[in-house]
Formats: sequence, C-alpha cells, structure tokens
Amino acid sequence: MTAVRCINLCKTYRQGDVDIKALDHVSIDIAEGGFVCLSAPSGGGKTTLLNAIGGLDIPDSGEVYIDDQRIDNLSKGDLAELRLRKIGFVFQAYNLIPVLTARENVEFVMQVQGVLKHDSADKANAILTEVGLQGLEDRRPAEMSGGQQQRVAVARAIASKPALVLADEPTANLDSKTSDELMTLFTELNEHYNTTFVIATHDTRVMQYAKRLVRMLDGKIVDDIDQRAA
Amino acid sequence: MRLAAILFRLAWRNLWRNHRRTFIMLSAIAVGVWAMIFMTSLTRGMVDQMINDSINVLPGHVQVHHPDFLDDPSINNPLPYSDAALGEKFAGGEFGQWASRVRVPAVISSERESRAVTLLGIDPSAEQGFSFFDYADVEGRFLEDANDNGIVIGKKLAATLDTETGKRIVIMSQDPENEIADRGFRVVGLYTADPVSVEEAYAYVGKSTAQSLLRIGDASTEAVFFGDDYRNVEALYDAVSGALDDSVSVQRWYEIDSYLGTMLKTMDGFVFVWIIVIFLALSFGLVNTLVMAVFERVREIGLMLALGMKPASIVGQIIIESMLLLTLGLTIGNFLAWATILPLQGGIDISIVAEGMEMMGASSVLYPKFHVGDMVLASTIVLVLGFLASISPAWRASRYEPVEAITKV
Repeated sequence: MTAVRCINLCKTYRQGDVDIKALDHVSIDIAEGGFVCLSAPSGGGKTTLLNAIGGLDIPDSGEVYIDDQRIDNLSKGDLAELRLRKIGFVFQAYNLIPVLTARENVEFVMQVQGVLKHDSADKANAILTEVGLQGLEDRRPAEMSGGQQQRVAVARAIASKPALVLADEPTANLDSKTSDELMTLFTELNEHYNTTFVIATHDTRVMQYAKRLVRMLDGKIVDDIDQRAA
Repeated sequence: MRLAAILFRLAWRNLWRNHRRTFIMLSAIAVGVWAMIFMTSLTRGMVDQMINDSINVLPGHVQVHHPDFLDDPSINNPLPYSDAALGEKFAGGEFGQWASRVRVPAVISSERESRAVTLLGIDPSAEQGFSFFDYADVEGRFLEDANDNGIVIGKKLAATLDTETGKRIVIMSQDPENEIADRGFRVVGLYTADPVSVEEAYAYVGKSTAQSLLRIGDASTEAVFFGDDYRNVEALYDAVSGALDDSVSVQRWYEIDSYLGTMLKTMDGFVFVWIIVIFLALSFGLVNTLVMAVFERVREIGLMLALGMKPASIVGQIIIESMLLLTLGLTIGNFLAWATILPLQGGIDISIVAEGMEMMGASSVLYPKFHVGDMVLASTIVLVLGFLASISPAWRASRYEPVEAITKV
C-alpha cells in the first residue's frame, strides 16, 4: 500500500528578483513501512518536499496523497487534523515547547487528540523510557542537552503511533554517537511498528540506515536507490 | 476538555515566562481597577450624601399632594383627607415610616428683619426617624408635640433675623379665604443643618398649631413616606398609590426634585464613562503585552500548528492568557480598592474646601460609598473589553503559516 504519493509537484519561491524552483515536477511514491532518505545539498528541495508531504506547505501545482487521501487542496483546519492524526514531525532544531516538561511535550499531541490524561501520561512515560530518557521526564527543554531534546522530539513524534514520521535534518545538531543512537531508534520503530519514515538529510551516515535513498538536485529527483538491493 | 486543560496550562505558564513584564502589566491593571473603584466610591459617596440630604429635606422617597400643590404650594391645595382618614389608610407596615405635614410659604419677621421661609407644621413624634437633624442637637429644645406653641428655626436664619431662643418672632401667611393669617411665636430652638443653606429655608411649628393658624381644621398639605433605599422606591410607590384614589398625586422623590433624579442618572453615566476611559488607557498596555508575547513565541505557535493544533485553539490560548492576566489584575485591584475604602468609611474631612462643597450642596465630610455593583461593573467592563482587545493579537497568531513560523529566528 502507498503511504505517500506525490504527482508532478512544483514550487517556486521568489527571492528578491529571482525565482527559485524548489520543486520542479517532482513525483514520488513511498510504500507503507518505507524508510526513505531524501538527500540533497542545501537548497536542493528536500525540505520543501518534506513540507509538502506533511501539509505544511502547499505546492504551486501537482498533487499530494497521504494514505490515498489528496491533501494539497484541504483547508488549514483539515490539514491540521491530518497532521494531528497521521503524521509525526521531527525538526532539525528540536522545536520543543519550552514551558512544558519532557513528559508534557510528549503528551502534547495526544492531549490535543483528546486522549485521557491518565493514558497519555502512561504512554509518554513508556516512550520516554524507550528513547532512553527515563528519569528525565520532569525536566524542561532548557535543562536537557541537545541529544536529549531531540529524543524528546522523537518521542513526541511517535507517541501517538502515527503512520508516517517526517524528519527534517534530525541529526544536524547532534554528535555522531547520539546521531547513531537516534537512527538506530528510528530503524527499530520502523521495523517494530511498520511506521513509514521520510528523512531529509545531507548526513551520509544517516543515509546508510535508509532502505531507500532519493537524491535531489535543484528541485528535481536525480537518483532513487533501493539500498536493500545494494 | 483535555484540550481546554492543555490550553489553560500553556497560557498560565506562558504568563510567567517574562515575570517582569507580567508584574508590570498586573500592576497597571491593579492600579487602574483600584482607581476606577476608589474614585467611583468617592464620587458615589458624595452624590449619595447629596441625594440623601436632599431627600431628607424634601423629605421622603414618596410624597402625596393635592394634584395642584407642587405648581401652587398654597393652603388652597390641601390633601382631601383628614388626619384620621390618612391614619387609617396607612396603618399597615408596607408604607414604611410616614407622616402628614402642613407646608406653606410664609414670611418670618423679627424686630429687625423679615425673610421668606417654608413653614412646616409637623408632628415631632412621627418625624423623628427621618428628620434631617437630630432633635437632641437642637440648641434650646425641639417641638414637644403637634400642639407645641413654640417655633424652631435654623441657626443661620436666627443670625439673619438677629434673634435667639426665648425671643419672639411673627409668622405671616394666608388662610384658604386669602386672608392674612399671622401669629407670634417664641423661638424655642435653633437647629443646625448640613448644608448650612437649609438653616435659612425652614421653620418648624407644631402641626395642630399650624392648622389653627391657617384655619384649615385637621387638613394637611402633604404626606411623606420613607422606604429603605432611595434607589429602590417602586414597591413603596406602588403600595401608597394602591391605597389612594385619583384625587391626589403620588410622586417619587426624583419626580418631585428632577434635579436630583438627573444627578443620579448623571452619576451612573459618569461611572460608566470613567471606567471606560481608564480601561482604554489600560488596553494599550494589554494589547502591547499580548502582541509582544505572541511575537516572542512565533516559533512555538508555528510548532503547535505544525503538530496539528487548530488555529482556533491558538486563538483560545492567547485569549485565556489575556483573561488570566486581567483576572489576576482585577482581583488585586478590587482587593486594594476594598482595603483602602474600608478604613475611610468613617468619612474624609474636606473642610478645607468646605465653601466650595457647600456651593455644590455637598457636605464638608466625604463618605466613600463602596458599591458591589460598581465593582462588578468595573470587572465586567474590563473583562469584556479585555476580551475584545485580545482578539486581534490572538487572531494574528492563529494566522501564522507553520512552515514560516517554525523557521523564524
């Protein structure tokens, strides 16, 4: 089954007097349970594609489907609902809510979903333990290291068991050891829960974990490699 | 419900992220609310006192007259009931305190001066509860009963007439046949009043003595009634009206003295405008605080939108934050107002400007009046207008594009 389908996506940004094609007729299918790395140099279009898949950015043309539901024509409210129910996000800069503790950050999505407090707290504790943050549940982001914060962000992304996790440069601010631990965690989640991962990165070590590597350049897909076959 | 809990938690914690800004805004709200209520209580106290004093001089919350009496307050327009008939009609408890009187214009003369006064023929025992002066404070003595042959005048009038207790003066008026009705009285007492101008206006004699002087048998010119509160006289008015027929005119105090009625309405309007003006000054600070709070949290707001929080929830979060700030400020401001007004309930001596107050018909001691209604009005206005002022920053926050907001530095 196809988890993500993009058909002929185009997106142009205007920077001063110059038009920059971030996506230039991009089409891609990602199967359920896929573990895909989008690789490109800066400005290559990987983050724009990731944002289009996540409904954070609307392409100028083309179509985006999540679980066979077209999303590029949804309203803001419907897109928010889709992100809430089906997609987990991991951002480069951790992006935790500073006034909430690690546990509350993880609970956040579940609480917005309407999960009961008792259930969301139990799940948050379990997932924080799973990502190696047992004992740090009540710390606020400012009291944690970069690696710990990124783990909280990962825990938040997977807490509600989304079908799709989108990660934008998740290891950009982490040291190599922490990066490896994080990618191992992603791999385990992908295998245990059949969660589809789409990761935008230019870190070659991250690419080694992917089942499929999609290379982009100037808004176009220039290479699509099944790394399991390799 | 879960969503409301998380919005409330976020709003509360965000409120305390910048302690200094929150404390400054809380202080501004608290001082503004305190000023609203404190100034209102001072003005309210002054106006209340002026109205109560005036009603006591009128006197009465409800009055009954011959239909033509107020236009022509002469003895030719008496009440069409005898004293005995009035006693029977108003024997019930629903009429509060009441008395019938003889009120006519007259001229009072001493050996040296003459002045126009309002002659009041009263039954002292019936009026003691609502007289505007204390009988015990009268220099000399007050009237002992309705048949008392003495006269009690104000101290200021006595000074004008150059007379004193024990001396004789002459009262001259008209009887129903338009004949001169005059009689000599011995001054038995001098009363003081606040405001002093009242001391020149009224002269008191026994009611039966006045009836005899004016040759009107046992007739009266007015019946006056006192309820519990001048603001709430409708029940009393209905009771009195129900007991009488169309041959008399029943009127509320503010119909008899329309200036007083207008003053009360003006006061209520003033309170409303005063609260609005203070809030407008406050609202600039409030909106600025919210705009700054939103501006500082663009990334977080973008993050929450990206994670699936709906724009309406972002609006809710900002408005809850605003309402929490206002509620805290209101609580502190209301407490401060109550705590500062309470010790001043015994009165503030402003005799240094007594002459000016006298000209306004007000007393030289100001009694702040703490009205729960004013507190509720101020709080309601602040919350409602605060809610409206919060909509714009909240709406702006909810309109952020998540993809742009989360990359904001």
